[in-house]
Amino acid sequence: MKTVYLDNNATSRISPEVLEAMMPFLRDLYGNPSSMHLFGGQVRKNIDRARQQVANLLGADEDEIIFTGCGTESDNTAILSALAADSCRQHIVTTRVEHPAVLGPCKKLEKDGHTVKWLSVDARGMLDLDEARRAIGDCTGVTSVMYANNETGVIFPVEEVGAIAKNAGSFFHVDAIQAVGKIPLNMRNSTIDYLSLSGHKLHAPKGIAALYIRKGTKFSPLIIGGHQEMGRRGGTENVASIVGLGAACELARKYMEQELTDVKRLRDKLERALLAAAPDARLNGHPEMRLPNTSNISFEYVEGEAILLRLNELGICASSGSACTSGSLEPSHVLRAMGIPYTAAHGSIRFSLSRYTTEEEIDFVIEHVPPIIKLLRQISPFGRKTA
Amino acid sequence: MEVDLVWIIYLEAVMWNYTDKMMDHFLHPRNVGEIKDADAVSEVGNMACGDALKLYLKIDKDRKISDVKFQTFGCASAIASASALTEIVKGKTLEEAEKITNDDIAAYLGGLPKEKMHCSVMGQEALEAAIAKYRGEKPAPQEEGTIVCTCFGVTDTKIARVVREHNLTTPEQVTHYCKAGGGCGGCVGQIQAIIDEVWRKESEKKAKPGVGKAKYMTNIQKIQLIQETIEKEIKPTLRADGGDIELIDVVGNKVIVAFRGVCAECPASGVTITAVVEKKLREFVSPEIVVQEAKDENRLPR
Repeated sequence: MKTVYLDNNATSRISPEVLEAMMPFLRDLYGNPSSMHLFGGQVRKNIDRARQQVANLLGADEDEIIFTGCGTESDNTAILSALAADSCRQHIVTTRVEHPAVLGPCKKLEKDGHTVKWLSVDARGMLDLDEARRAIGDCTGVTSVMYANNETGVIFPVEEVGAIAKNAGSFFHVDAIQAVGKIPLNMRNSTIDYLSLSGHKLHAPKGIAALYIRKGTKFSPLIIGGHQEMGRRGGTENVASIVGLGAACELARKYMEQELTDVKRLRDKLERALLAAAPDARLNGHPEMRLPNTSNISFEYVEGEAILLRLNELGICASSGSACTSGSLEPSHVLRAMGIPYTAAHGSIRFSLSRYTTEEEIDFVIEHVPPIIKLLRQISPFGRKTA
Repeated sequence: MEVDLVWIIYLEAVMWNYTDKMMDHFLHPRNVGEIKDADAVSEVGNMACGDALKLYLKIDKDRKISDVKFQTFGCASAIASASALTEIVKGKTLEEAEKITNDDIAAYLGGLPKEKMHCSVMGQEALEAAIAKYRGEKPAPQEEGTIVCTCFGVTDTKIARVVREHNLTTPEQVTHYCKAGGGCGGCVGQIQAIIDEVWRKESEKKAKPGVGKAKYMTNIQKIQLIQETIEKEIKPTLRADGGDIELIDVVGNKVIVAFRGVCAECPASGVTITAVVEKKLREFVSPEIVVQEAKDENRLPR
């Protein structure tokens, strides 16, 4: 059975070019870049090159990039570093729809006595800038807002929030893990102080990520050890993966136009077809201010896990914000924050495409999803039976 | 709008370890649909909670279930549990059917992940409710009691029942069986108190005849036993709700107590006196005991 992979916001395949770039460092070039011999030393050049490749994708300088172990580490490092800079500024402003990598540390810090202001979102998943203006103040140490939401793909007006943060003297962190590689970013003339990105969301392997730290930003490391990463992140470099992330960033730059045109066209085709074919289906999230690859659709009167498992039988991979797909009994916190009724949140399915998604795959999904919804609605005691 | 920032592992979540039998019943559910002239119809759960089951029974003159159909909204294991239930009950008499438990449903499917046990409980409840309806009884026992978990509308009676029937000891297990505590988590303390209460009662049942009850006691011994009972049996229950109690005086069989903490402000403290304090003291000390709350001037500072 062929796999139709539409779960790229969860993780993405490693590009063949990325794997090829990595292989020498897994096979032969195993030297430690810190070593005082050419065998190790030659590896360092490749790390420097990867750093430059990541910086190029972000419009940053290479000394503004450090490599980390995962997106969660980047997020944690940024938030804690920003709070360490000024003991008088210990408040945190963030949103209710962040990824657990930001929600988690913020909840922990709140428990430890920090004031956290949780910005709400509207029915389309958008921030209210007036609320942000009221929340960010003289005591705010860090404002942390995601660039684009992993569940809905909704893109936040980060530069507007950043301007408010800068105006109030707060550090500004952006979790851009879902955005990097899907939409163009430029750190020049940006208000962003810290920006997190993760390799496995853009066709590099898992276990490698990066943090952008604006030049001149007072930084305090999370992982303390050796002098690696200019003393900003201890630990021997994950050389092969760093090289892979560099290659993936270069490819992302090359294929950026394709993300915005081809991927978007397929996403729109899928979305239009499903919304038209299944009655009582609704799009979750802002229709325009959205990543070009993500579509989150609620099918009312049916439950997400049941849809996913039936899709799974056909080799189609997607995600759901339904409660039953997790150990939790509550549906997705993102959809609840948007005020999506529980009945719709339980039946939400996220399709996330990549540049590897083909037209045939999308046609296959368009053909098979509506009958699944129809069948499950026939079993359901609720809703229209004609669907 | 207030949204609880509860720990959620969503989207990138687990692929449950389902059995082949369960997957078969999910992909090919048996007995789906409605029975227009059903003799009993029951409906449990609701769409907001994430699962619901509507069960239709046709019962013949020998009190046998001659036909059964269902409709369900829910995850794969909810669909499979409902399908399994209909296969189990078909052809059974009402007396046989009412003995079916959720464990039978889970076993029929070759087991369910522990987090999904509530799906099989929903099946058992729908069956019980349908049989009760057919017999003209109502409401089903789990409908009584007071709501403890407001997120999923679960009562203390239902929680106590799953605790007893499945030997549960932690609030997490209770969540797996009836969802209570799985939402905002605000009632986890109350669930623990219900668990403690159930097992304390069960151990008492076994330990009977009890601690020096009905035995002749001197006044001093009696006061000591009253004090001991308050410390060991009553205080933990009240403290679970943020309240407390002090023994003020004993006059013959009249025991005077004062409430502290939330109990002092509780409009239902009169009920607590008879339902908790007096009951315990009668059980452990003497059936003649009468409990009174201390007058205001005797009340200890809060």
